[in-house]
Amino acid sequence: MTPVIETKRLKKYFSTAHGVLHAVDDVSLTIEEGRTLGVVGESGCGKSTLGRTIIHLLEKTEGQIFLHGKDISDVKGNELRKAREKMQIIFQDPYSSIDPRQTVEEIIREPLLVSRKYKKSEINDISDELMELVGINMRLRTSYPHELDGGRRQRVGIARALALNPDFVVCDEPVSALDVSIQAQVLNLLKQLQQKRGLAYMFVTHDLSVVRHVSDNICVMYLGQIVERCPSVELFKHPLHPYTKALLSAIPSVDLDNLKKPEIIKGEIASPINPKPGCRFAPRCKYATEQCHDAQQQTEITPGHFVACCRVNEVQ
Amino acid sequence: MSNMTGNKKKAPKSSSNGMRILKQMSYNRLAMLGAFILLIEVVLALLAPVIAPHNYASIDIAVAMQGPSLTYPLGTDDMGRDILSRLLYGARYSIGMGILAVSFGMFFGCIVGSIAGFYGGKVDNIIMRILDVIQSLPSMVLVIVLSAVLGAGFFNTILALSIGGIPANARLLRAQMFKVRENEYMEAAVSINCSKIRIIVKHLLPNSISPMIVSATMGVASMIVAAAGLSFLGLGVQPPAPEWGAMLSSSRQFIRTSPHMVIFPGLAIGITVLALNLMGDGLRDALDPKLKR
Amino acid sequence: MVTKNENVNTSFLEVKNLTVEYFSKEQVVHAVNDISFQLEKGKTIGLVGETGAGKTTIAKAILRILPDVGSRITSGDIYLNGKQISSLPEKEMQKIRGNNISMIFQDPMTALNPVQRVGEQIAEVVALHNDISAEETKKRAEDMLGFVGIPKERYREYPHQFSGGMKQRVVIAMALACNPGLLLADEPTTALDVTIQAQVLSLIDQLREQFNTSMILITHDMGVVANTCDDVAIVYAGSILEYGTKEQIFRNPSHPYTIGLFHAIPNMNVEEEWLHPIEGLPPDPADLPDGCPFNPRCSYATEECLRGKMTMQITPDGHQCRCCHIEDVLKGEK
Repeated sequence: MTPVIETKRLKKYFSTAHGVLHAVDDVSLTIEEGRTLGVVGESGCGKSTLGRTIIHLLEKTEGQIFLHGKDISDVKGNELRKAREKMQIIFQDPYSSIDPRQTVEEIIREPLLVSRKYKKSEINDISDELMELVGINMRLRTSYPHELDGGRRQRVGIARALALNPDFVVCDEPVSALDVSIQAQVLNLLKQLQQKRGLAYMFVTHDLSVVRHVSDNICVMYLGQIVERCPSVELFKHPLHPYTKALLSAIPSVDLDNLKKPEIIKGEIASPINPKPGCRFAPRCKYATEQCHDAQQQTEITPGHFVACCRVNEVQ
Repeated sequence: MSNMTGNKKKAPKSSSNGMRILKQMSYNRLAMLGAFILLIEVVLALLAPVIAPHNYASIDIAVAMQGPSLTYPLGTDDMGRDILSRLLYGARYSIGMGILAVSFGMFFGCIVGSIAGFYGGKVDNIIMRILDVIQSLPSMVLVIVLSAVLGAGFFNTILALSIGGIPANARLLRAQMFKVRENEYMEAAVSINCSKIRIIVKHLLPNSISPMIVSATMGVASMIVAAAGLSFLGLGVQPPAPEWGAMLSSSRQFIRTSPHMVIFPGLAIGITVLALNLMGDGLRDALDPKLKR
Repeated sequence: MVTKNENVNTSFLEVKNLTVEYFSKEQVVHAVNDISFQLEKGKTIGLVGETGAGKTTIAKAILRILPDVGSRITSGDIYLNGKQISSLPEKEMQKIRGNNISMIFQDPMTALNPVQRVGEQIAEVVALHNDISAEETKKRAEDMLGFVGIPKERYREYPHQFSGGMKQRVVIAMALACNPGLLLADEPTTALDVTIQAQVLSLIDQLREQFNTSMILITHDMGVVANTCDDVAIVYAGSILEYGTKEQIFRNPSHPYTIGLFHAIPNMNVEEEWLHPIEGLPPDPADLPDGCPFNPRCSYATEECLRGKMTMQITPDGHQCRCCHIEDVLKGEK
């Protein structure tokens, strides 16, 4: 089956005053219909940039992007508009992702209005349907964002993203800004919607417990590169990359019987500007050797489980 | 699920941003006072033909330079014209010029600022350097030069005044746009295929315009003073037009013998400017979300 | 840890019946409602709750840094080492802030003065509370930098030259510079990456052990609580709904809210199709429900829950729970 989204050696660089910032460096991945790819990493790993580049909010520097097998890497004009309708995004910050001067229904209707494919009555029906779908009470139709709490605002953002009936949705840390009890509500909603509409998600987050719950496959990013990629159950059972292991161990456990002291990785995250060749985690890695300064390949260790680490066999 | 709620919820009141801001302003007594004064002045100006006791242009040397009396409540000027009537009609000139000059300045400033603010980069650079040049001239000098070039008269003066105001407005708008652009809803607008025009007009502009509006309200005051200054210098609007600045200008030589000829126009300008500033302050405070309640 | 028969006050910090309101022309926000808890020397208590529960207000009330306009402490007594500090005059309180009680705020990005060198910011705290020479002050500030793992050479650098994690270390250095007996940490690692969070929490732990500092840790992250706290108080809509040792709260949560909270957290070790959110939303603190603030969202709520304020009950394992249906809840969870 053709994956909904595929990227081949995708790169996104920014030129800054200090040099070239390698935000996304040589990323290849696929996402199937109805499945979720979790993308995890810490600040500066490029996960948000990756999502935005795929849906053409940012212009790629190099590489290819395929939507349903069709090469959309360089589309412009009408072709771009058509492609965009199939790829949408849900943002992280419920307080800045919706226009404070629009009412809830104006926000949800705007994509339909702009596409010029629908009559007025159709637009009204679709937007009512969407509001019901995401669980927004009809009486909030004419409310303004400042009258709503974070959870509800996020639902508005979700309804907007679904208005054009996309096949692929980038969820950029959609619950990070929400309280725990509301997070669970929104995560359940996203799952429901995925099942109802057969959506493919790219779920970007730094929260490993959340990503575990929502993803079928996960890729771990560090400074623009994918260091490990595998089904999500695998990642938590048999993490292979030293960074993945450190990341998992750094999460404070809620299980009182298994309180472990987290493994502290020394040092800070290096700069993504003019990075040196080779593994970018090497400066902080306790297994690093000379070999780590050569470009790392993604090797398939077990079926479906890819790791970019030359020392993978020595890692405990 | 919960089988009863102990929560007595009030029905949420939907309020547009505009209503909210007006309500917020109404808490500020001084701002309301300013608005009230201004309203009175505008009404008086509009009703001038009806309530002015005399024709503002009728000359009668016999009663020239008289102090306030029953016939002439604010006295007469050096040509025997009734000062009160001249002030009432003069309000039309001064306040009218102030508001129109500011409006033109805002309108063109908006266009220039939006282009710079939306595109950024090279376009912004070029526009800003041109504005830099305009702003490097002291504003009064610029206005005087423009007024001299365009000539005297109501509309020419408005044009001269408004050109000087464009750079400041453009900058305010542009600065606010740079901030607003950081918001994710701007990216959202692109992702749902909004055209560039729609993004600017529907999303960027409405959210960036507040500082410009506040400064514009205050700007009316400085426009009135500037117009008065121009008339004072013999440019702008000339007698017999009852513009307040022109009245000041022609009366200054009599300040020792008939001070009322200078005091009343001066007071008119002062009170109007004060009212506008109070309103502008109130508007600015109301628009600042951090100062809420 | 408070037991039923607590009469003798041996605690280092005692908060009694604290009530704080924020008010404006239009409404009164009941941020903190009659909160009481204690903390022993050298121990850590976690104040756990979601946004708007009132946790930060509690900390600010202890330190008396609530805004002058629009807020008031309507009632309550706070004792530090047996001494009443809630009614001290401002001048006396200034001697305590930074010296006996310090606070670490949530956002390291905005907690430091961007135009002052970091070393000087630490030195400022030292100089305020100690009558020593400038050289001695600088030396102590440099020592603090060393304690938190920042090379002394960076004394003269500015905050923008540091990363988020390092800025938080500087903030910690400032907070601990005068060796306060009590540290208030308001979500100190929420804004940090998880690997940096591990570093910072470990640092806080080390320093606390070294200086025997007591700590109030405000957080919404149960994982952080499990690894750093001795006692736990669950805060909701300005009230403490459950209060006990970490062991008691984690092993035998008794309040429906606490239980709901634990259920709602995605569990890394369990495969689950659907998460278990708590339905509904936290109440508007300006419009609190009658009786128990949690009753609109509670599946065990009855008539009784609407009447007046719930009193603290004692659970089978000896900790406190503000709920009149403990037995039902216990049976329900089995």
